[in-house]
Amino acid sequence: MMGANLAPYGAPVYFIGLIVSMLPIIIALYYGRRLKLYETIWTGALLLLTFGGDGAHQLMALTAYVFFECAVMGAYHVYRRQKNATWVFAVAILVSLIPLILVKLGTMPSLSRLSLLGFLGISYITFKTVQILIEFRDGTLKEVNGVSVIRFLLFFPTISSGPIDRFRRFEADYDAIPDRAAYTELVGQAINKLFQGLVYKFILGFIFGTWLLPQVTEQLMRAHHIGDTGYLILMLVAYMYVWSMYLFFDFAGYSLFAIAISNLMGVHTPANFNAPFRSHNIKDFWNRWHMTLSFWFRDFIFMRVSLLMMKKRWFKNRIRVSQAAYLVNFLVMGFWHGLTWYYIAYGLFHASAIIINDYWLRFKGRHAGMIKHSWLTEGVAIFLTFNTICFSFLIFSGILDKLI
Amino acid sequence: MKNEQEVYAILADLTGEQLNDKPDQELFNSGLMDSMATVQLVMELEEKLNVNIPISEFERSEWDTPAKIMTQVAALQ
Repeated sequence: MMGANLAPYGAPVYFIGLIVSMLPIIIALYYGRRLKLYETIWTGALLLLTFGGDGAHQLMALTAYVFFECAVMGAYHVYRRQKNATWVFAVAILVSLIPLILVKLGTMPSLSRLSLLGFLGISYITFKTVQILIEFRDGTLKEVNGVSVIRFLLFFPTISSGPIDRFRRFEADYDAIPDRAAYTELVGQAINKLFQGLVYKFILGFIFGTWLLPQVTEQLMRAHHIGDTGYLILMLVAYMYVWSMYLFFDFAGYSLFAIAISNLMGVHTPANFNAPFRSHNIKDFWNRWHMTLSFWFRDFIFMRVSLLMMKKRWFKNRIRVSQAAYLVNFLVMGFWHGLTWYYIAYGLFHASAIIINDYWLRFKGRHAGMIKHSWLTEGVAIFLTFNTICFSFLIFSGILDKLI
Repeated sequence: MKNEQEVYAILADLTGEQLNDKPDQELFNSGLMDSMATVQLVMELEEKLNVNIPISEFERSEWDTPAKIMTQVAALQ
């Protein structure tokens, strides 16, 4: 097998190879045809390049994962046709989560051998399998084709870090070949996103991540060693902004690439970012930041947990229901990021922020007209939200762990 | 007619606004309804109009105005 794994969208030259290899797919779509066989071979080759390096253990882990999840989905699908017990559903979800849980446990040094089960993108692919199980349970997904499921799971443009698509949406897109005018427009959008992504990831991401971040980190560590508290705080603030900008431009750039490449394949992979730093409150932020993750959590965790709590009448007060649901929602999100204190603290921080945000919105609703909306109040709101978000990213970055 | 009155009554309760003459008022992006209000909407519709709405079926773009909600409810009834 070849040497190291090839990171998706890792360098500008990657795109040249990727797009050249896609030319048959693009030309065929332009003439209204989908080259399924070529796309399958193309996907296989890219999976090999992406996961087949370093002794191919990621490739083996990915293959084993897909077989395992297909067995779980298949078994639950067969069961669900006849019966619908809640505990069976819960067991199916739990079993489908076992690989991810083991890999996350593998981040702890004592259990590091478990990390061999991991592969790039396992956190993201798991959303897809859980979503399909939930839709079987809801009865919104009845007849499914195994090949379509595997195609959805292994859709190459989004395999490593999303955006997280939904099965029915993806399948409908894949089966409906756009007409020439629509496809031409889609290719135009793809080119725009590709260039925007290049600016984000390789220029702005480079400035903040590769150029500024190491310098700020070095200064921060120096301040920490000599015990200069004033300088330490100053450098922490600098780190907070630099890291936040790096996180955004790197991830938004990557997301734009994934969406652009999907578009070239005639698939409208949903957007992940919508000017998140213009949010005027935390709720607004979660409708703009890492949107496919946030909406997945909204639809599959928040809404279900709160509906369940309301139906079971666990709380008298509906405000308490929403608060409990936020807590569950963001804690699960924290654990999904990884089993470290700072990811979980990040989850708790956002749960608290959104609960406080709700108190404020209710207060404002009761006192309508007390504060007139103006460019000033909007500016203050955006400023406060921006700093709250950046602070949460400071927690998320893990740098605080190195200062303890 | 029962559907229409109930849907408007539920929406008035959740949004704090009378939408009776605005069947095409957008509900989510306009900020009138958040996720919690959406959950309450699903529950109220299920209780009062005797429909079953799986959350997987709740595609926001198909439920984002009073008129669309009525169409969806009628289809599920």
